[in-house]
Amino acid sequence: MSILQIRDLELRLSGRPILDGLTMDFMENRVHAVVGPNGAGKSTLAQTIMGLSGYREISGDILFQGESIRELEPDERARKGITLAWQEPARFEGLRIRDFIGASVREKEKAGNLVSDALKKVGMEPSIYLDRAVDRTLSGGERKKVELASILAMKPKVAILDEPDSGIDIDSLENIFEAVKLLRQGGTTVLLITHSMAVLQQAEHAFLLCCGKVQDEGPTKKIGDYFGKKCLPCNHKNLPEANGDGR
Amino acid sequence: MKSSAEDTGKLLDYAGLDAKTLHDPDAAHVIIHENQVLGSNAVPGLHIEAVSLKDGVKASIRVEKGKVIEKPVHLCFGVVPKTGTQRIIMEAFMEENSRASILAHCVFPFAEDVRHLMEGTIQIAKGAWYSYYERHIHSPQGGIKVYPKASVTVDEGGTFMTEFELLKGRVGLIDIDYEVTCGKDAVMEMIARINGTGDDVIKIQETGHLLGENARGVLRSKIAVRDDARAEIYNKMTASAPYARGHVDCKEIVQDRAKAMAVPVVEVNHPRAHITHEAAIGSVDSKQLETLLARGLTEDEAVELIIQGMLG
Repeated sequence: MSILQIRDLELRLSGRPILDGLTMDFMENRVHAVVGPNGAGKSTLAQTIMGLSGYREISGDILFQGESIRELEPDERARKGITLAWQEPARFEGLRIRDFIGASVREKEKAGNLVSDALKKVGMEPSIYLDRAVDRTLSGGERKKVELASILAMKPKVAILDEPDSGIDIDSLENIFEAVKLLRQGGTTVLLITHSMAVLQQAEHAFLLCCGKVQDEGPTKKIGDYFGKKCLPCNHKNLPEANGDGR
Repeated sequence: MKSSAEDTGKLLDYAGLDAKTLHDPDAAHVIIHENQVLGSNAVPGLHIEAVSLKDGVKASIRVEKGKVIEKPVHLCFGVVPKTGTQRIIMEAFMEENSRASILAHCVFPFAEDVRHLMEGTIQIAKGAWYSYYERHIHSPQGGIKVYPKASVTVDEGGTFMTEFELLKGRVGLIDIDYEVTCGKDAVMEMIARINGTGDDVIKIQETGHLLGENARGVLRSKIAVRDDARAEIYNKMTASAPYARGHVDCKEIVQDRAKAMAVPVVEVNHPRAHITHEAAIGSVDSKQLETLLARGLTEDEAVELIIQGMLG
């Protein structure tokens, strides 16, 4: 059953079509990947699903559990159960990890345990990290894991993880992959936005995006084989050189 | 003026001072309500004198040479009634190589028309260490005007740390004026964390003079203003000796119709001295906001969390 449906979705930025008539179905409680080269529109799709500022002027529709969410604000979408982890997570000066993750927990009386559990699930020891701030004193990889912990604590219905391996060392990558499994086990549909073959392999189903269009979709192996062997040399038209505008 | 037992109880409650702290013979304290000294306790090496004035109290603290006061010294100032004036003339003298940490609780929980004036003179002798953490608790009405003013001298190798926090209740008007002079190898750090709402007015004028070789100083302001609140921050640091190092840092979050201004002045009078400054003024960071929105917080909840984190 489809939990999230994208219907003929178009988004233009500076007059250029970044998402160009996308139609996609994300099935409930599955791990999907959206792969494609840089500039294919993957992160734009993630931010459009979340309804972030600058990504609201769309045509087509986004349906969550059968209902359009295109008019909903990001926080309203989140309260319905959709969330997003950024490729480069935000820094929060002074905000303690316990409060940052705790903010994601709806059942506040359970926040303490859920926060600690979520940290453990991403391989971070609560006694070391709970009172540290989500600021520049954390490495990029630590911030990625803290953000993922906040999503685990939130227990969303759909989690969009944008480039979850970005800035992550090999050991921590296993923590990230384990967290993806835990999300799925908890009933969450996961969208992995990636151009990494290692991340792609965590998915059960994949979409190949290029030039803002879905070029193909299907089992991960099929999409991975094509993406890894044939797609990468593609001189796709979103690249500035291909447009000849030199920007 | 005569304080009632009820006022005294409220003063201590809002200050968060419990009986255990007040009855600890090893912990020094002074409790001042309006112009009355309600109680005090000194410890060996620490001398406290407090005298009532017509509109306040003159207090002095002295720590003997080489004495280390292990437990924080609690100072509790306040006006519990809705109206009143409290002027505190404070003199602190840290003798050579002494050490003390002061926790000042300034409590005005019901203020509708209250003035609190603090005139401080602090001398920190060679090698001494003095920290002064001042936490204000104000009424939600904003009917208070606070004027903390201090002149601080830090001699060779001495340290002066101060932190001013006003996060509970409305600011009303606050006008901070601190000036610190550091000698050779002396260290100073001044931090102000203030949350302004309604029509609050925040003025901070902090000045640090790094006069001695290798003196170091930091001026740091973290301010949030919302609604129609205003903030004006004038931070000045001068460095006039070899290897003096200073930093001025001002962060202000501005929401709604509030206005904020920062005027950092850095002045270097020696080619081997160095001062840096940074200022960030504006609305909350959009990425921080969107991250929290994506976790289901409303915009108001997200802004509040970001501000509390920054001020925290």
